[in-house]
Amino acid sequence: MTATTAPTADLDLARARSVASRVPDPEVPCVTVADLGILRGVERDADGTIVVRLTPTYSGCPAVVAIEMAVQAALLDAGIDARIERVLSPAWTTDWISAEGREKLRAYGIAPPVGASGGRRAFFAEERIACPRCGSEATSRISEFGSTACKAHYRCDACAEPFDYFKCI
Amino acid sequence: MGAVAATFEMAGFRALLELADDALILGHRLSEWCGHAPTLEEDLALANMGLDLLGQARALYAHAGEIEGKGRGEDDLAFLRRERDYVNCLLVERPNGDFAATMARQLYFAAFMHPFWRAIAASSNDATLAGIAAKAEKEMAYHLRHCGEWVIRLGDGTAESARRMQAAVDELHRYTGELFEASPVREKAVADGLLPDPGTVRAEWERTIAMVFSQAGLTAPEVRVPQSGGREGLHGEDMGHLLAEMQFMQRAYPGLTW
Ligand SMILES: [Zn+2]
Repeated sequence: MTATTAPTADLDLARARSVASRVPDPEVPCVTVADLGILRGVERDADGTIVVRLTPTYSGCPAVVAIEMAVQAALLDAGIDARIERVLSPAWTTDWISAEGREKLRAYGIAPPVGASGGRRAFFAEERIACPRCGSEATSRISEFGSTACKAHYRCDACAEPFDYFKCI
Repeated sequence: MGAVAATFEMAGFRALLELADDALILGHRLSEWCGHAPTLEEDLALANMGLDLLGQARALYAHAGEIEGKGRGEDDLAFLRRERDYVNCLLVERPNGDFAATMARQLYFAAFMHPFWRAIAASSNDATLAGIAAKAEKEMAYHLRHCGEWVIRLGDGTAESARRMQAAVDELHRYTGELFEASPVREKAVADGLLPDPGTVRAEWERTIAMVFSQAGLTAPEVRVPQSGGREGLHGEDMGHLLAEMQFMQRAYPGLTW
């Protein structure tokens, strides 16, 4: 193929992808929307408009609108006009969090989700959650429901620090 | 005339409204606990569970509005209908009572919705509803475990906690049959493939409740007069009080947004 007939690379779209994927989560700013797996795609629609597809973590996550606005704002700052689309299917699970995202969570002091989504726990069953600070598995659950919908509250019995656990759903 | 008089063709809209109204009304009830729970952790848990339900309701109302196609959005459906147009089951509108009553109500509901959402996610021919269901199933798994553990703890606790837990169960059990009731409109939505018959998860619900009650030392009461009517818009007195508070802002300041 000659240069004149080759399709021109869509530089704006590539730039939109790169800008969108670097937007941090407002409640867990150590990870980006791409790390969390809530950025479902950046494409052009039939009219040529750039469409950014995002999905919520929890149904009632109050950060959903904040995340959409943050992505929109980051794109505007970069001079990119885009439409944000909220997609519900397929539903997000913690399996969508990347390996890099899990490591960033741990480094930030949040224990990343343990196990694969869909595992069922019996009543009163305790999971073995490693302390993100000292690595000890001697930890206790303080509350199944923590500071945000996606987190539970734990305490390390070895180093005595409290910490958040990113719940596996 | 609103949802209650919905035509047969609007079966899908009406079936989504039942799911949405259940989630909204129970979510609102849980929000009433905010700042009043026995401990800080439980305050957070109740608020988080309420938030899950309100989030489910929002997605369901938005989708119901699209199916209805009359331009009604989530706020119109949540806040601007009359009492007779709400089609939630009676269980979810029951007042909070004491902590035992709230836990019993949540256990009964979560033990139903957890398998029902799973069944909807697996079988619905509506991709949006299936997506909402897949997420809601995971949320209800948390509600079920959290409330099941409390019912066991309280039933198997002190004489006072056991007395209160049994009283809560005795009061609320009569409302559970309505969860599985069939209606012509619902059967149409089932036949259309939108969602499965709720009766298909009854056996699992009964197993869950029996397992919790046996660990808790509770006895399921014999229900002589089952209570229902919520799906036809016939609600108890407490529903009016709930709506008066929940709808106040939209009624006083129409079109208000945050
Ligand atoms: Zn530690």
